[in-house]
Amino acid sequence: MKILVCIKQVPDSQKVQVDPITGSLMRAGIDAKMNPYDLFALEAALQLKDSQGAHVTVMTMGPQAAVDILREAYALGSDDAVLVSDRGFAGADVLATAHTLAYAIQALNTDFDLILCGKQTTDGDTAQVGPAVAEILGIPHVSWVDAIRSSNDDSVTVHYALTSCTHLAQVKTPCLLTIEKDYSQPRYPSYLKIKAASKRQPRIVSLKDLNGEDVPAHVGSMGSATQVERIFPPASRSENLRLEGDSTKLANDLFDYLISEHVIAKEIQ
Amino acid sequence: MSTIKIESKRCTLCEVCLGVCPFNAMSRIEDKIIVNSACKLCKICIKNCPVGAISLEEAHRLMVNKNNYKGIAVFAENRQGIIAPVVKELLGKARTLAEVIDHPVIAIVIGASTEEVVNQCLHLGADKVIVADDEELAEFRADIYTDVFVSILERLKPSVVLVGATPVGRSLAPKAAVRMDTGLTADCTQLEMKSNTDLVQIRPAFGGNIMAQIITTYTRPQFATVRYKVFDAALWVSDPKGTVEKIKLSLNENSSSIRILDAEPLKHQEQLSEAERIIVAGIGVNNPKGLSYVNELAALLDASIAYTRPMVEKGISTYQYQIGLSGRTVKPKLIITCGVSGAVQFAAGMQNSDRIIAINNDPSADIFKIAHVAIVGDCAQVLPKLIEQLRKGDNHVL
Repeated sequence: MKILVCIKQVPDSQKVQVDPITGSLMRAGIDAKMNPYDLFALEAALQLKDSQGAHVTVMTMGPQAAVDILREAYALGSDDAVLVSDRGFAGADVLATAHTLAYAIQALNTDFDLILCGKQTTDGDTAQVGPAVAEILGIPHVSWVDAIRSSNDDSVTVHYALTSCTHLAQVKTPCLLTIEKDYSQPRYPSYLKIKAASKRQPRIVSLKDLNGEDVPAHVGSMGSATQVERIFPPASRSENLRLEGDSTKLANDLFDYLISEHVIAKEIQ
Repeated sequence: MSTIKIESKRCTLCEVCLGVCPFNAMSRIEDKIIVNSACKLCKICIKNCPVGAISLEEAHRLMVNKNNYKGIAVFAENRQGIIAPVVKELLGKARTLAEVIDHPVIAIVIGASTEEVVNQCLHLGADKVIVADDEELAEFRADIYTDVFVSILERLKPSVVLVGATPVGRSLAPKAAVRMDTGLTADCTQLEMKSNTDLVQIRPAFGGNIMAQIITTYTRPQFATVRYKVFDAALWVSDPKGTVEKIKLSLNENSSSIRILDAEPLKHQEQLSEAERIIVAGIGVNNPKGLSYVNELAALLDASIAYTRPMVEKGISTYQYQIGLSGRTVKPKLIITCGVSGAVQFAAGMQNSDRIIAINNDPSADIFKIAHVAIVGDCAQVLPKLIEQLRKGDNHVL
């Protein structure tokens, strides 16, 4: 069984702030890490490697610095790693990102049985790229998988929760699954494996490696159907009531406010 | 392709652009500023460059004839004859968008045993309901649902398609939008209509404490997903005038690559989204005393308890009780946040609540920007005193 896991590097914390006076952005040094939800997808793949000897490849699209998370995946047990990186991929929305990943997957010339993604990222939070990649590759997908119950030559049996029900379903392979948080506790890499992984070089896939009809029109800003028109600080409520002072006064003010808003009522004696 | 261009003759290497880029996409290598692939073309660097050395090289792109696309379509998610609550809000928003450009509102119902769902869509103000009813559509499967949904949309040619950002909607919308080779904006917190039918889609920006305004400039339809409890529900129309169109289908067991072996209803679903009062525990009350105050306050006010993402990541609670973009969206009558800083991803999950009270000891906490009542104080001091007042016994919860 051949498995591809798509992972992404995300900011470690939300440190971007907008200066309320100048409207410009203030940013402390941002650390980056692997999207935490991707750890569950990687864990699902590594469990299939442990139980069935599956071959696990990880892939990420991002700047050169994203090599860090590929090395982390190596240290956790991935067999192969691919960095999809090119300045021509900049400005990509869901559509262009999905096309880029799909082209890159095709460029690997490997018949993957399973493609696994985290359920969403912590920076965009959209959960849209996985299903979009499946659509372009022409394979079925199931989102929010919390258990892979069994697998055979031409299907996997998976469990997942939807809006108002859970499903146990058999999906024909090849297919793409997005893996729910809490699938299973992700493993930790050993020191020796981290050390060994630090020397490994992932494969690089850039724009010139992609084959297909009119590739430049489908990636980066040209391939994006949506455009960011402007970026602005979140609106603040101007008419708000601000209470300051010692805690007894604050508690009394809040108590009175709850009465005035009819959350609570004074007993009539 | 469109790219950010830096004129090296003009560039003074002041590095202002490095500081203002929200995506960390600019770096300096020796005497050159380099833009990497994290760039989203937001153009903030262009506006902030003091010497005007940065520009956008825009490529020419083909644009569809926007006049050929008419109507605001709503995916009316349902299962076993029950409409998903988010659909009522989508139909409400669809109506306000449609009025700006004088377009009709069309509900698209896909499922089995859908009579009651169709009836509700009419009462919720749809001008037209298109129905695909078949036993093979009883359970959601992304592949067969996309086939049916896209075939309806290709014939209908709506300007906008609204889909609930539910587990079902977030599986269906990306597949359908990609098949139609068009744009999709996920989890919009505001939607407005321009007179040229461009949908203004506003959502928290990718990875920053900022908002992005997004337009699907060149293609149609414009897909947007919206979470439950972000917009107001459509008003109930007692004498609906909308029409119903049934789609002819011939589906069989080979129409999908997914075979449902078992389906179970979800227990206690969306409890938090339905709550009328919520107390939120943030990292500022992450200690045994702080959490016990939150618990007691919730009990006294008959409120539900929810948590921020850092609290859930620390294992204090589970995802079901997390508010924010990676958790639930809520719109209760009253929400009291305790020790919550108010990152935009959190705010997106609760800022439409009727009354927001925020308690935080940091006078410049972001949460105060969206709070109706900002209480600058220490939860460890204020909460026990409020609890004492509430316990006195001469008051009761309404």
